Parts: sequence; C-alpha cells; structure tokens
Amino acid sequence: MSTGVRYFSGASLNRPVGATGIMGWLTTIDHKRIGILYGASALIFFILGGFEAFLMRIQLSHAEAGVVSPEVYNQLFTMHGTTMIFMVVMPMTAAFFNFALPLMLGARDVAFPRLNAFSYWTFLFGAILMNISFLSGGAPSVGWFAYSPLTDALFSPTTGVDFWILGLQVLGVASLAAAFNFIVTIINLRAPGMTMMRMPVFVWMTLVSSFLIILAFPVITVAITLLLFDRQFGTQFYNTAAGADPLIWQHLFWAFGHPEVYILILPAMGIVSEVLPVFSKKPIFGYTSLVVAGIVIGLMAWVVWSHHMFTVGLGSAANSAFAVTTMFIAVPTGIKIFNWIATMWGGVVKLNTAMLFSIGFIALFIIGGLSGVMHAVVPSNTQQSDTYFIVAHLHYVLFGGSIMGLTSGFYYWWPKMTGRMMNEFLGKLHFWLSFIGMNVTFFPMHFLGLNGMPRRIYTYSEGQGWDLWNFVSTAGVFIIGLSVVVLAQNIWVTLKRGENAGNDPWDGRTLEWSIPSPPPEYNFAEIPTVTHRDAYWHEKYSEGHDGRPVRIEGIEKTETDKNAGEIHMPSPSYYPMILSLGITLLAGGLVSHLAVSFLGGFISIASIYLWALEPATAPSAHDDQGAH
Amino acid sequence: MPPILFNYRYWFLHALLILGLGLVGCSTSDPQSTFDASGPVARTQLDLFWLILWGALAIFVLVGGILVYSVIRFREKNQQELPVQTEGNRFLEFAWTLIPALMLIVLSVITVRTIFELDSPPSDNPLRVEVVAHQWWFEAIYPDYGVTTANDIVVPVGMDVDITLISPDVIHSFWVPKLAGKQDVVPNHPNKMWFRADKVGTFYGQCAEFCGIAHALMKFTVVVKDEKGFQDWMIGQQRGPVVATGQAAVGAQVFAAKGCLACHSTNGADSTTIRDSRDMLFRQGQAITHGPNLTHFASRNTFAGAIENITEENLTSWLVDPESFKPGNRMARLAPAFNDSSLALGDEDIAALVAYLMSLK
Repeated sequence: MSTGVRYFSGASLNRPVGATGIMGWLTTIDHKRIGILYGASALIFFILGGFEAFLMRIQLSHAEAGVVSPEVYNQLFTMHGTTMIFMVVMPMTAAFFNFALPLMLGARDVAFPRLNAFSYWTFLFGAILMNISFLSGGAPSVGWFAYSPLTDALFSPTTGVDFWILGLQVLGVASLAAAFNFIVTIINLRAPGMTMMRMPVFVWMTLVSSFLIILAFPVITVAITLLLFDRQFGTQFYNTAAGADPLIWQHLFWAFGHPEVYILILPAMGIVSEVLPVFSKKPIFGYTSLVVAGIVIGLMAWVVWSHHMFTVGLGSAANSAFAVTTMFIAVPTGIKIFNWIATMWGGVVKLNTAMLFSIGFIALFIIGGLSGVMHAVVPSNTQQSDTYFIVAHLHYVLFGGSIMGLTSGFYYWWPKMTGRMMNEFLGKLHFWLSFIGMNVTFFPMHFLGLNGMPRRIYTYSEGQGWDLWNFVSTAGVFIIGLSVVVLAQNIWVTLKRGENAGNDPWDGRTLEWSIPSPPPEYNFAEIPTVTHRDAYWHEKYSEGHDGRPVRIEGIEKTETDKNAGEIHMPSPSYYPMILSLGITLLAGGLVSHLAVSFLGGFISIASIYLWALEPATAPSAHDDQGAH
Repeated sequence: MPPILFNYRYWFLHALLILGLGLVGCSTSDPQSTFDASGPVARTQLDLFWLILWGALAIFVLVGGILVYSVIRFREKNQQELPVQTEGNRFLEFAWTLIPALMLIVLSVITVRTIFELDSPPSDNPLRVEVVAHQWWFEAIYPDYGVTTANDIVVPVGMDVDITLISPDVIHSFWVPKLAGKQDVVPNHPNKMWFRADKVGTFYGQCAEFCGIAHALMKFTVVVKDEKGFQDWMIGQQRGPVVATGQAAVGAQVFAAKGCLACHSTNGADSTTIRDSRDMLFRQGQAITHGPNLTHFASRNTFAGAIENITEENLTSWLVDPESFKPGNRMARLAPAFNDSSLALGDEDIAALVAYLMSLK
C-alpha cells in the first residue's frame, strides 16, 4: 500500500455500519430504500410542478388575468416542463427500477449499490440546485426546450439559464449513473434460469429505456456544455451574430429530446404489462412481439426527432422523411395496445385501483397516440404545431400515459414496499378523480389549439373565442388537485393502519411476490431458480387437462431466515452522498462564486478516492449485522 | 360504487357528444379559427385535417370499443374458474402489425404529396413580401415597391403572396390561421412560405414560437384589399413623408428632441444599412434598436405589435406608460424618453406627439 493510499485510508470516515434512523436513510445503499427515497422525492416535486401548473391555469382561466407577471409566467412553464420530466417522471421510473427490478430478477441488490445511492443523491441535489434559481435572480424563462438564440446572454441576461444548464448537467450525471447500473444489473444479476426471454416485460422496458438514457444524455450534455461555454466564456457555438444557425441547437436538443419522450413512456408501458396479466389472471399476450415492439420503439426514437421541427424550414424532402418515420412509430405502439387488450380478453379481470389506472393508461394513450399520428401529417401539423393542440397531445401521453402508468405501479407495488394494503375505496376515488380531472383539463385544449391559441402565452384578449374552454380546463385542474389530496390521504391512512399485505396479495406472477412484504434487506434467503416466464406463477400453479392452471398445494413458503445471518450484504457508505454534494457544489459555484466550485471539486476528488479505497463490505459488518 | 360509473358505454357516448359540441364551439367566426380556411393553403391543410380526424375517430371508436367491451365482458364474477393461460396468437399478432402498416402507407403517400404540392406558390408572378419578425412586432417590406410597413400586412385578394421570413434577433413564427399554417422565422436561416386570400377582409395572426417576455403580445394582421384598394394603398405608401403643420409640427420637434429618430424613421422606407446598424448597436448593448417605420403610421389600423387599434386615446396611454401598455417592450426599456428624467415626456409633449403621429397618413 503506497503512502498516499494509507493517507487517504487514514482520513476516511468511520463506516456507518448499523446506522439507524435518518442516518440510516442518508447512508443506505439498499436498492429498496433508495427506491423509496426516489419515489418520495418525485412525489414532492410532483406537488411542486403541479403547483406551477395550477398557477398557470389560474392565470389563463379568463382573458387578461393579472395573477402572475409575464416574466413569472414564463418561468413557471419552463420549470413546470423541466420539473415534470426530470424531477418527477424520470425519478418515479427510477423508484420502480430500484425497488422492483432486482426483486423481479431474483437478485439481492443492483450491480453497484453505492453508485445507486450516488445516483439518487445527485438527482436530489441537482433538482434542488435548479429550483434555487427561483430564489436567486429568477428561474429560467426560455421553455424546457431552451431554443437558441433566446438563451443567449443578450436575450436572457439573468442567471436563470445558467441554473437550468447546471441543474440539468447534475441531473444528467444521476440519470447516466443509474442507467449504467440497471443495464449491468439486468445483464449480470438474473437468477439462474432467467434467460433474457424469461424476463418480465417491465425489466425489458427498463433495459430499453436505460439504453436510451446512456445514448441520449450525452447529446444534451454536449449541447448544454456548448451553451454554458457561450454564456460563461464567450465562445460562439450558438452566437447568431457570428453566423451560427440556431437549428444546430434544435437538432442537438431533439436528438436527445425525442428519445427522452420514450424514456418517459417505456417504463410506464412496462408497468402496465405487469399489472394487466396479474389482474386478468393470464400471462401477457404476445410476450415476444411486445418485447420486440419495445425494442423497435427504442430504435425508432432515433429517426423521428425532426418531427419537433416541421415548421422550422428544413425543406419538403426532410419533412417528408420525418413524417413517414413518425407515422410508422404507430405500428409498434399499436402492437402493444392490441397485446394489452388481448391480455384481458378471455381473462378474469379484477377492477381494483392498480388495474383501473392501467386500463386508464391504455384508453388515454390511444387518444394521445392518435393525435400523435395526426401531428405527423405535416401540412395539417403546421396549423397545430406550437398550439394548445400539442399541449393536449403531450399531456395525454405524459399524464394519461406516464403518470397513469406509474400510478398503477404505485398501487401495485405499494403492498410489497410497505407490507400494507392501500385503501381500495380511496384508491378508486383517486382514479376516477384523476381520470375525469385529466380529461376535463386537457381535452378542451384540443379545441383551443384548433381555434388558434398558441402555446406559452401568458395572456389572451377577449373576443378570441378562447374563454369558455380555458375556464373549463382550469376547472379540471381543481379535480386533479383533489385527486392528489385523496392520494395523500390514502398514503397517510395506509401507512398508519393499512391491512397487512402478506407476501402475495395479488396472486402475483413474478418473483417479488414470493418473498415477505416488505422484503428483508437481502431480498431472497435463497436465490430462486427460474424455469419459466412468470416464474412465481409456475411455482404456484401447474397446467391442468383443460389448459387451466391448477394450484399446487403446500407451496406457500414457510422458510425461515435461518440462513440469513450468512448473507453478506454491502455496507452503507457516506461517500455516495458526499460525492453528490461535491459535484453539485462544483456546478453551483458557476452561478455563485468560483470558490464554491473549487471546494466542490476538492470534495468530489477526495470522496472519489475514499470511495475507491473503501471495501464493499466493512470488515466489522458481519458481526454487526449478523445478529438479527 | 354505483353501476353508472361502470357503464362505459354511457361515458363513451357522452365523450363523443362533448367532442361534437367542442368542434362546433370552435366557431369559424373566431379570429384565429383554423376551421375558416380563406385561401388554398389553409383549405388544403384543413381538408387533410378532416380526413385524418375522421380516420383517427374511427380507429378510436373501434379500439376504444374493444377495450371497453373486453373490460365489461371479462370482468371478474364470483367464484370464477381461472382462465386458460393463452400466451399469444401468431395470426392476430401478424394482422395487427400489417393492417396499421398498410393504413399508414396510404396516409404517408397522401401526406408527402400534399407537402410537395404546398411547397411553393403556383403563380410565376406572386407579390413578394419580406416579413421581418422582431421582439415583439412584425415588419413587412415590399422589395419591388420600396415600401416598409409594420403590424398590418396589406395584400391584394386572389394573388399569390410569396413571403420570405427574416429574424434579426430570436426565433419567431409567422402564423395567420385562416390563410396558412405557421412557418418559423429563424435568424441566419431565411424561410419561405406562401398564401393566397380568397376574400377581402382582415385576417388575424400571432407569433407562435416562444420569443421572450412579450411573446403573447406579438400579433399582426393581414389586410386583404381588392385590386384597386391595394393599388391605392401602395400609392399612398410610396408618397413622400407628410409635412407636419400646427400641433403636429410641435410634435415633430418633440420627436426629434427626445431621440425618437434613433430607432424610428419617418422619412421613407429604411435602408438596409440603417436597419443593420441599428440591429448591431442593439447587440453591442447600446440603447438603440430597430423600431417600426413611422412614415405612414396613421395609415395603419394597429400598433404596438397589433395589440391595439391606432386611436388618440390608445396612443396617449402607450406614450404615458409603455411598460404597462405592453410589458417587456424594448421602447420602455431603451428609449431615453422613458429612462432619462431630463428627457421625460410631459403631458404637452405627449399631446403633441400624438397629434404628430396621427398626422402621418
């Protein structure tokens, strides 16, 4: 051991082995706890992003309202989009990747547990960094797409855009680290016998989505690094005065931005593909075509980006090419929808809350998908582009799609996370309020767009014919708001005194239902051996003469934790969080004081060294953790 | 839960009813309705919209219907046997891959044909107009006539109008829903579009790409005149500047003394040199920008990004407090008259300026 290494080892913090309470959460590297942290943080940002939307809808509820100033309104829609995409939907998918995926694979944790904790803390600090802009000279007001040259220092002189760039950089680090982790986990940590084509569809969609993240985020990283250099160091990448074509930014942004859309929807599609079979008591219909369709969507994500640019003047040839590729995205998407419906067909469909959200997902996604095909028709698209028709479409796929799908997963896995059942009455109330509220809010936006209302306007005059549907849309937001209150109530009530869930409340098909709820830290006392798709179902049921399943008696696991003491789990660590903090300070210094950057840089380098020298399992961990 | 909530057909019928009412609610008389196509470009786009809308609705009814049916038909009943564990069906999976693909091939052919059909104006001799989009107003240049105007773009009925779109600052989008779909105005990337108006009247447009604080207040109109009306208007625009008399002459002096001339020309169309040097000075951080040409200001209907009509009352409140009249506008930010207390406008100055502006026929 060299002197340097000894020096660093000597300087390291005592390992937080056996930490409990808050410190236990801060230093945890357990994928289940990290999943819960992701989910809780995403819910808080959902409330924040929702409040931003609420203020916008109040401002637009009638003509020439003066609730917020134009500048604040522009900040609100910029941060609403950025928040919902990067701080709500992505971390919410990460919550399920974290919590459910290793359990579905029959693994004890993800491949890199400390990197996993690092992803979470980096996401959280990055999100906080970006939101600090509200308190420090104003949030960015350039839209989540931040079109050049509006982001130029000449047109956006405040630090809002810098906060946006730096926050996004930090969030990107978190997403990249997490995506690599899930890819390695899926490829390497499958239980014996779980071939790729025996993996649950959710795992497949996570894999596709993670590949999209590692390929798409470098593009936005480059794009915003160039922008940062333009703003901070006077480079000329996007400077129109020096001859730059602003379409460079648009190509870079949407080459990231369109795959990003699928990063947001594929995990929800995966969740729906788990929920529908369980509550139809049938395997997923057309597993192979569903998986292939998901992969094809992932590939086609890279050949459709310019459909966000049909009106920027790419010429008729380019517009035609992207119109055709965009239309054909409907083929794999259609396959999925038909497979989902066919899964219910002939089944025993149990309409509980998780299932209602999944069915709601399909219904709303059909609408959003069809309006998506309408946008591919370039000539009529030129009337819809940048209007409320698009706002309606994107909320049908992101709220009606992603959020409904994720909520379905929330109700589906909640018993596994907490060991308690959610209240079904409140759950169904939550579903109906959000389903109705969603449609009341967003359907009228189709009419507004066709009636000539552009996006991103903070006010409109009377006599445009936009008053009625704007008022209706604003009323819908109150229904959605109420649904969130019902959800909060349900969480509160359930955590306090929910019914005991047991191992397998849904008669589940995948491995996570074979272990206790909540699962022990090591997940599986004995790593299962997989012989079929729907591994746990096949442990419970054999096929009868008429093709119907027959319950195998006595399969309920009674095994105790007798071997648990011998399972070595990685020990908690301080360094993931400290490194995240260092990176965030490094970024934050560029919008406050360079000394902060140097401090952050120092903390980052020190914690990387100490992390590298820290063994995965603390030498003392066996004694401390073994005694249950 | 009451049974009506589970009656999906009930909800479905109501949804269709609301959709019908909604589309009827998009009255064609509304100023920016896309349903009141008043020229060949907008009409072709609208025809295509209806085609795909009905197609999409048919698919929605079919697929949504199957979804609702399967939920109702296969809903859990008491003490039911477990279902047969069907894993797939090659024929069905093949069918629902191929049929949508075939439908999309037809749609692609129609789409691509229409894209090229609308690519450029059919006429060999269209009216050429350069539209320059600024933060936050539209300017129109008629290069074949040596005329510059702002906010109201005047064109003759029944004639192809060939538009070149130019932006000296950020990205904007040029959109007159009743005449044509939008085309973005991109700096260093001049775009082309065209339209033709089938009837005389005023058509309303609005910037459709977010372009900064006053994006919502960046409007314009297209005033379609008959051939004689257009010729008369053009002759009026080509006349030399009006000589101010009486109170207007006082206003002209105020206009010069307060530095208004730095940004607003009143002596005929702006040369490219003047335009470029103003834009350059703005980029360098000087208190100068290219403002609307005011030579024939009073011949227009609207001002300040076409958010208000030109009346003495409106002009007065604009000059008293431009920031609250149109939040974020550059004049309030840059003009010495609104920033330098020694050059501030008194009530008499404003009255004189209004008289002067109203005289600029």
